[in-house]
Amino acid sequence: MISLANLARPFARERMERQAPAFLLAAAIMIYAVTALSLGLTRFLTPEAAISILNRSIALGMTAAGQTFAILVASIDLSVAHLISASAVLASVIMNGEPSMIIPAILASMTLGVVVGTLNGLLITKLEVNPLIATLGMSLVIQGCLASFYTSFSGRVPSEFQFFAYGEVSGLPFSLLVLIALVLLAWLLLRFTRFGSNIYSVGGNRDTARAAGIKTARVVVAAHIICSLCAALAGLYLASRLKSGSPWIGSEGAYDLESIAVVVIGGTVLSGGRGGIWGTTAGVVIFSLIDSIFNLAGIDAFAKQVMRGIIIVAAVAFYAVRSKRMVA
Amino acid sequence: MTEKTVEMTEASLFPGKRRLPQVNPVYFVLAALLCAIALSNPNFLEPPGYLNFLKRAAPLAILAAGQIYVIVSGGFDLSVGSVITLTVVGSSMLLDNNDDATWWVILVMFAIGAAVGLINGLVVSYLRVPSLIATLGMMITLNGAAFMWSSGSPRGYLPDTFRFFGRYNIKGMPLIQFLPVALIVLVVVGIALFWLMHRTNLGRLLHAIGDNPRAAQMSGVPVERIRIFAFVISSLSGVTAGILLGGFAGVSTDVGTGYELQAITATVIGGAQLLGGRGSVPASIAGALTLAAIFTLLNFIGLPKPTRDVVQGLILIVAVVLATYRRNRAGGR
Repeated sequence: MISLANLARPFARERMERQAPAFLLAAAIMIYAVTALSLGLTRFLTPEAAISILNRSIALGMTAAGQTFAILVASIDLSVAHLISASAVLASVIMNGEPSMIIPAILASMTLGVVVGTLNGLLITKLEVNPLIATLGMSLVIQGCLASFYTSFSGRVPSEFQFFAYGEVSGLPFSLLVLIALVLLAWLLLRFTRFGSNIYSVGGNRDTARAAGIKTARVVVAAHIICSLCAALAGLYLASRLKSGSPWIGSEGAYDLESIAVVVIGGTVLSGGRGGIWGTTAGVVIFSLIDSIFNLAGIDAFAKQVMRGIIIVAAVAFYAVRSKRMVA
Repeated sequence: MTEKTVEMTEASLFPGKRRLPQVNPVYFVLAALLCAIALSNPNFLEPPGYLNFLKRAAPLAILAAGQIYVIVSGGFDLSVGSVITLTVVGSSMLLDNNDDATWWVILVMFAIGAAVGLINGLVVSYLRVPSLIATLGMMITLNGAAFMWSSGSPRGYLPDTFRFFGRYNIKGMPLIQFLPVALIVLVVVGIALFWLMHRTNLGRLLHAIGDNPRAAQMSGVPVERIRIFAFVISSLSGVTAGILLGGFAGVSTDVGTGYELQAITATVIGGAQLLGGRGSVPASIAGALTLAAIFTLLNFIGLPKPTRDVVQGLILIVAVVLATYRRNRAGGR
């Protein structure tokens, strides 16, 4: 029964899965270009326009880069949105307009990220709580703690720190460079380190990974710490961009669900073990392109939302439909 | 590991020495919470006290009873909150303050709900999109649709004939003075869903595909159809909850926000296993009542809303930790 053709088919399917994000990205770019051309808006086809499109989803990109790690180990993180708010508020309150407090503020945000990530990871590995529930609970706790202290814009970001969101280095926005560096770092980590391959093994099959001598719990906790750190970084960026910390910035942007949607559109499988950072990057760009296309075409905000929902499902269906895997 | 094996052999060697039939701990928790409420507020023991409590908890309980169908079959339904919003906003738009239209508007809403569930189920079953993403997309879409339908500013009024289900109390009942219609709806829906899940073949098939979809498929279970059915039930429960909520909440575009997570929380408190194979309708309803009781209690104690969020988060985690502990100790999977 085992013929070469039978053996080859799963690989072909997997290749398809890997290339799907590139297809989707190409399609999105083409639709964008066609829309711009047909409306005679050629000024939206310049490199500057491309940068401004990318610049629109820096926070989503950072969050999604971290979410990729969580989903790769077959986990998920729903607490990122409120963590983003908490990090933004914490940083901006500590800074409070003082340039000298920038470093302590950044450190405090990062510490918060490490603490939340560690707690998430320990809940999931040691107490065996379903990741969805663990991070949802964590999300409620963070939101509650934050809302009992801060109900509106708090603190002030000194102009030096606003460089993060508004500064430019040789014509490129600084924040975009940070995001690119983050993506490259994530790629190096996933592709070339033992930790990276451990992530794929643990996500693929936790029991097998454990049997192979990988300390699976540590890998999952580390993935969650990375995820939370990225969210904390996104919070810093948003604080810098709004010049103050807003306790609802994360939930308003729906960064929890959006980052998951982006990662999945990028071809990372929710059941873990397959996918990667480049797919996520493609997913983020696809998302900002979709937004830009709607803006070009002048579609109203509500219809935009409706189409967005349909597009998320359609994009995932685009390659999921071929898989013979059972989904739930 | 070894301990577990020993335990299992012991149980099989001495069937007479098995543990007492296990009662889902959610019922004890619920009872304890109700006692606590009664202690902190004696009015709760009067019929108006507990009947109003049940009335307010009815939408969430119905939602949880529907959600458990999807959870048991191994998925999630994140779209129910937006189904509630669409029901409330859509009814107010369709009714347009016209009392006579109530019945057909309710029928239209159930039809929309069935269509939503059907689409969710088809997308999950045939397009193989994970239910988390499929219903998330549906949630975004429906919220947008509710906005579009009402052009962003829904009219703040529903006629009394529509609000009858959520708001009206049947007066002059013996013993309990009055009986909220919402409670009757809850009991009817609860019994129907209980019967369907625990007394029919369909319910067994639901459990089977949630436990092991591959095995279920190989033994001839029509996995796709059953799964679609689960999503339809969940959406219909969303419409029912929406009609009740329309009775006591105002018309706005965020009536349903957060209900999907509360419903999932309720089923989890009721001991359901996420990703399928385990769960019960009465326990989910008890879970919803537990959640409502916790909120009521925190309200009595006078904790502000943010603190309530923290408590809800902690309870959610603790409930799952305990469930996992129990399952591990019992040697289940």
